[in-house]
Amino acid sequence: MSPFRRLVARDLRLALRQGGDAATVIAFFVLTVILFPFGVGPEPLLLQRIAAGIVWVTALLAALLSLDRLFLADYEDGSLEALALMGLPLEAQVAAKCLAHWLVTGLPLTVMAPVLALLLHLRAESYPALVLGMALGTPSLSLIGAVGAALTLGARRGGVLLSLLVLPLYIPVLIFGVAACEAAGAGFAARPHLLLLAALLVLALALAPFAAAAGLRQALE
Amino acid sequence: MIHRFANPARFMRLSAALLPWCAVLGALLIAAGLVFGLVLAPADYQQGDAVRIMYVHVPAAWMASFVYAVMAAASAVGLIWRHPLADIAARAAAPLGAGFTAICLITGSLWGEPMWGTWWVWDARLTSVLVLFFLYLGYIALVNAFDEPTRGARAGAILALVGIVNLPIIKFSVDWWNTLHQPASVFRLGGPTIAASMLWPLLAMALGFTVFFVTLLMVRMRTALIAAKVRALRQVASEAEARPAPRTPRGSLGSVRQ
Repeated sequence: MSPFRRLVARDLRLALRQGGDAATVIAFFVLTVILFPFGVGPEPLLLQRIAAGIVWVTALLAALLSLDRLFLADYEDGSLEALALMGLPLEAQVAAKCLAHWLVTGLPLTVMAPVLALLLHLRAESYPALVLGMALGTPSLSLIGAVGAALTLGARRGGVLLSLLVLPLYIPVLIFGVAACEAAGAGFAARPHLLLLAALLVLALALAPFAAAAGLRQALE
Repeated sequence: MIHRFANPARFMRLSAALLPWCAVLGALLIAAGLVFGLVLAPADYQQGDAVRIMYVHVPAAWMASFVYAVMAAASAVGLIWRHPLADIAARAAAPLGAGFTAICLITGSLWGEPMWGTWWVWDARLTSVLVLFFLYLGYIALVNAFDEPTRGARAGAILALVGIVNLPIIKFSVDWWNTLHQPASVFRLGGPTIAASMLWPLLAMALGFTVFFVTLLMVRMRTALIAAKVRALRQVASEAEARPAPRTPRGSLGSVRQ
């Protein structure tokens, strides 16, 4: 097995054995979405209007909550330093960790999103755009989040700081994700918005591993 | 060239010589720009006197982006060459940039109310400038979140470089999304579309803001350098005090320790 795959497998095993990390993220996602019908009232038309936004914002917050799992545990118990000595470049390690992180958070969020959208009466035409948009957008969330997670290692009040750093950078993903759903719901093509989401993913895939690896290097110095 | 200015002592000498000139020049330019912009320049045929907000809003918006670019460039120099002054410059520039961005957002809001009929719209330009503001705040918070100042500077430098993707978005947001904020009318292909009587006060204000920024940046950098020196001297002094038989000469330190 290549070192890259071994690292992905290790992170997945850790996430799954520690039990319920992915389940916690999903539980947060479901519970927060369920709060909205109580908060704004249960009228189907109102909920339909804001369904895509609620699902996306909540998925974003759920992804944000899970970010500290990316590097923090490894940093605190010292295994990050052992990993840095591994032959695999840090950039590739960041990519591997992001992949593992996406598999246990982004993917379940994508799977759960249409179910929750059902509770919020999302228009039937929007479902493909929602699922495709989440599939394209959540990996960007993991990658952008990795930069913030690497930079805040060892910082005071790292958690709050992390959200302050990462949330502004999440805004483009949110804009185009919601725009795709809205366009599909209004009978327009969702394709341009989905292509922009894909472009964001390509950009994040190309740049975020380098930035996050630089962050990890200065944390390990 | 870069390494010539890596010496803090040389920077202190150079900035001490430049500081009064910059301060006077900036004050003169801003005063001239304000007089010409707020009093002498004609009112707009459509917007009336409200157009005069432009003479503060537009230079502040330019500075918001420009200071970020300066901060990112200083961060890159600090990361690549471990240039000690570059770290200090980036750190000193951040609150100034946040200030210019805040001025830009507030004056824009004040201008939007009479012209667009709303304090705020979720237009692409406004949103991207708001993101810039949060990037500044995030940078300031990150730099101050570490016990060792060098780690904060390093982490902040990486963040500043990541955030630079926002600058082209701000610049081109008015072309990519056709929403409420007007497109560029000064820096555009085919020359400015703004009347010369309004352009000159605007440029004077922009230059004045830039010189004002350079002045404040030098003041803040000098303060940071002096504060670092005081800290180092205090540490030496307290170490000398803790030692049972102090043999280091303490005459020069006593004056610092009040």
